Amino acid sequence: MTMNSQGRPSTPAGADTAIPETVTGNRGLQIEEALIFEQDSPGRCGVDLPEVPATPMRLGAVKPRARVGLPGLSEPQVVRHYTRLSQKNYSIDTGLYPLGSCTMKHNPRLNEKMARLPGFADVHPLQPESTVQGALELMDALAHWLKTLTGMPAVTLAPAAGAHGEMAGMMAIRAALDHRGEAGRTRVLVPESAHGTNPATAAALGFSVDPIPAGPDGRVDLAAMTAKLGPDVAGIMLTNPNTCGLFERDIRAIADAVHGAGGYFYCDGANFNAIVGRVKPADLGIDAMHINLHKTFSTPHGGGGPGSGPVVFSEALAPFVPVPYVVHDSNGFRLVEGNGQGTAFGRMKAFHGQMGMFVRALAYILSHGADGLWQASGDAVLNANYVMARLQDTLTASFEGPCMHECLFDDRFLKGTGVTTLDIAKALIDEGFHPMTMYFPLVVHGALLIEPTETESKAGLDQFVLALKSLAVRAKEGDVAYFQGAPRLTPRRRLDETAAARKPVLRWTPAAEPALAAE
Amino acid sequence: MRYLPLTEADRHQMLASIGVSSVDELFRDVPQAARRSGPVEGLPNFAGELEVERQLSAMAAKNVAVGSVPSFVGCGAYKHHVPATVDYMVQRGEFLTAYTPYQPEISQGTLQVLFEFQTQVALLTGMDVANASMYDGATSCAEAVMMANRLTRRKKAILSGGLHPHYRDTTTTDARFIGFEAVAMPAAPRGGEDLVSLIDADTSCVVVQNPDVFGHVRDYTDLAQMCQTKGALLIVVVTEAVSLGLLTPPGEMGADIVAAEGQSLGNALNFGGPYVGLFAVKEKYVRQMPGRLCGQTVDADGRRGFVLTLSTREQHIRREKATSNICTNAGLCALAFSIHLSLLGEEGFTKLARINHVKAVQLADRLSGVKGVEVVNETFFNEFTVTLPRAAAGVVEELAKRRILAGVPASRLFPNGKNGGQLEDHLILAATETTTESDMDALVKALSEVL
Repeated sequence: MTMNSQGRPSTPAGADTAIPETVTGNRGLQIEEALIFEQDSPGRCGVDLPEVPATPMRLGAVKPRARVGLPGLSEPQVVRHYTRLSQKNYSIDTGLYPLGSCTMKHNPRLNEKMARLPGFADVHPLQPESTVQGALELMDALAHWLKTLTGMPAVTLAPAAGAHGEMAGMMAIRAALDHRGEAGRTRVLVPESAHGTNPATAAALGFSVDPIPAGPDGRVDLAAMTAKLGPDVAGIMLTNPNTCGLFERDIRAIADAVHGAGGYFYCDGANFNAIVGRVKPADLGIDAMHINLHKTFSTPHGGGGPGSGPVVFSEALAPFVPVPYVVHDSNGFRLVEGNGQGTAFGRMKAFHGQMGMFVRALAYILSHGADGLWQASGDAVLNANYVMARLQDTLTASFEGPCMHECLFDDRFLKGTGVTTLDIAKALIDEGFHPMTMYFPLVVHGALLIEPTETESKAGLDQFVLALKSLAVRAKEGDVAYFQGAPRLTPRRRLDETAAARKPVLRWTPAAEPALAAE
Repeated sequence: MRYLPLTEADRHQMLASIGVSSVDELFRDVPQAARRSGPVEGLPNFAGELEVERQLSAMAAKNVAVGSVPSFVGCGAYKHHVPATVDYMVQRGEFLTAYTPYQPEISQGTLQVLFEFQTQVALLTGMDVANASMYDGATSCAEAVMMANRLTRRKKAILSGGLHPHYRDTTTTDARFIGFEAVAMPAAPRGGEDLVSLIDADTSCVVVQNPDVFGHVRDYTDLAQMCQTKGALLIVVVTEAVSLGLLTPPGEMGADIVAAEGQSLGNALNFGGPYVGLFAVKEKYVRQMPGRLCGQTVDADGRRGFVLTLSTREQHIRREKATSNICTNAGLCALAFSIHLSLLGEEGFTKLARINHVKAVQLADRLSGVKGVEVVNETFFNEFTVTLPRAAAGVVEELAKRRILAGVPASRLFPNGKNGGQLEDHLILAATETTTESDMDALVKALSEVL
């Protein structure tokens, strides 16, 4: 019997300790929360605004709107609503989030504080340049360090996310090819292990996508790749380290072959965090590479954005960057905004890029410094290899190590058990972990891609390894029902995604009206 | 280094478990020539919080914060008062540091927020459904055009001369590289453009903005009907979301797609980003929509829950056949938007819109009394255009020296000779609920002196 500090038994003998069905549906700290629309009381408002003077309107033929249909809530209701919702989320602040290729590392709060300085947050993008010299200086400083870290001569900060950066890079390649008079180069080689955004980007830009198979070692098959080169090849889109967590050993040979055939080398830099501060992409023969600031430089993911995807360029592609960009001369910093100047193209979005993310990324770079970045990428790789080594005898590693920042397993260890990768992931949730990336990359069966990042402690990794190992053992013992019923301890159990897609309900509608469904 | 939990003892133990003697050995697949021999040269070593704060604060101090001076700068980004609750809630770690909700059982917070956000956007725009957000208004606009191309199987977009030039350029960039035609009309500071006669059998869509970049508000009901007759879609762009609290929404005018910027609600100016793109459509177009969508469903116990849905449109499933390459949305900015709108509610949002309009009416009346200043607009919401007796850019510079941000010279958005040009004497000014009497006094006084 456990005792509390006053000596009373905390659980009287004979108590029923089974988890009850509660009247409210709440379960202790897990509180059910209605939609804001279901908490509406007309006339209630969470903001106090002054009375509006009666002034003739200047709306011409446009009629003032009768009603929007928004619910009325008070401030305490709103605070409670979002606090309760937040408590239904797993986050990197909560625990290990080993989502391979997504890089969930600690998000320093200093970065948040810096991004909120009024001199950055309360500055309008169209103020006179003389009043934003510090903002332009910050962009210039970040550009400088991104060029230094990659060894590349040019960078654009414009893209709003990694996939947007891919667009910028592939547009630059298209522009450079057209400039050379080689509009006929329309084929892009993309390894089968690539992120889905790579083929989607190439296809959106009118390139045909030619997949390259992976070799038995999880890397690009150099001979197969070389055989696909030809006068219609625009280039290759290659992730390095790749999505199997492996460094492409033949990368120089790949780059040389592509260049020799007249193409360009686009590198998906999503996994730059594995090598930042230790390896210079410029030395790998790369022509363009995007950097996800939220992965390598710790800007928060925010439940799906905002991202920021600067792209570094080689000498060959440097003339073909999108506007705007910052230049520096004797009069200070200046934005080059207009397009049509020389071979620059664009623009790709409104204004000058994701400034709020630039501040955070620069704070991260300055905080780490040269020695900190060296240690960070080293620890990221060490942590991944440690997890791989510890799990090697229980799970089935897809390829031989060493791995880089993430380690890949497939579902051979589950063969014959009736338990799937998805089941393992769901059971891991009950153990208090966010699952690893599942079923990606596509080059192995039932992939489990684990990326611990450098901001996890050894003790945390040991606990994760212990949980995963015991689940693997349980699966091999044939306890299929346990897995298929998982998760059990979460705010919601498994959700019916098929029903959601078959008859989509994409917004709240008042109960009196039939739910809105797409055809 | 404060962010790295491993101790030297840990590292040794871990290397031993792996069976190597150094971390360098783990990098052995990297060609030797590409490996640095040591930490990056030129970058100082790690720095404490205080040191980093000093460096960044020094840069921040060189900028003039909008809130510290009278400011009338708008044109697609607006200074509004954001309630304290918004930024507090957004910084809860469970929202801030979560990833895309791939595991719905432990992401119901983010998912319910997105479902509520989609509903709010649909209500504001007067449309049937909205997605879970885009990068910003300009990329929303470009994606809307490409969606119209897919739906109509036509390849020509007509862009109004009242469309924000950044939105126009974002769309024409895609037109160039993705392969469709975008016909951009000359700048139309006084309106009066004939878009209908340009619609032909190749036209997929007409893109108009309301209020337009010069501030005019218009009823596009007739244009919507003409588009429908000719088999083209009407895309309505909104760069000032607060206007939707006062104006007839695009949905009621017959818009097929609404592409909007949501920065005005919940989000700081941030020197241009991150912002939040809004994207709303008629119900029948849902399956051609770009971006993430959140849908309602039930869990294994029959309880209501939410998931990402219709992902068969998306790149991680469809790869080269996806409707768009978009991977992220603007989740956290969408959350800020949603919280601000929850606080405002029906009463607050419509009142806020009226206050904005009244402030702009007051400002226009004040400025029309300044010698040499002519107010161009007969209609506007919270932003309008004036002409000055000389180049607006110079006037804005002079006023900036007096610590007044007087607005956006049209020449900044429409450089000489491009799409109409000849707008050197045009100045675009915005007023919001943050604009005070004394701000207006200062502007009027300074303008009277320099003109």
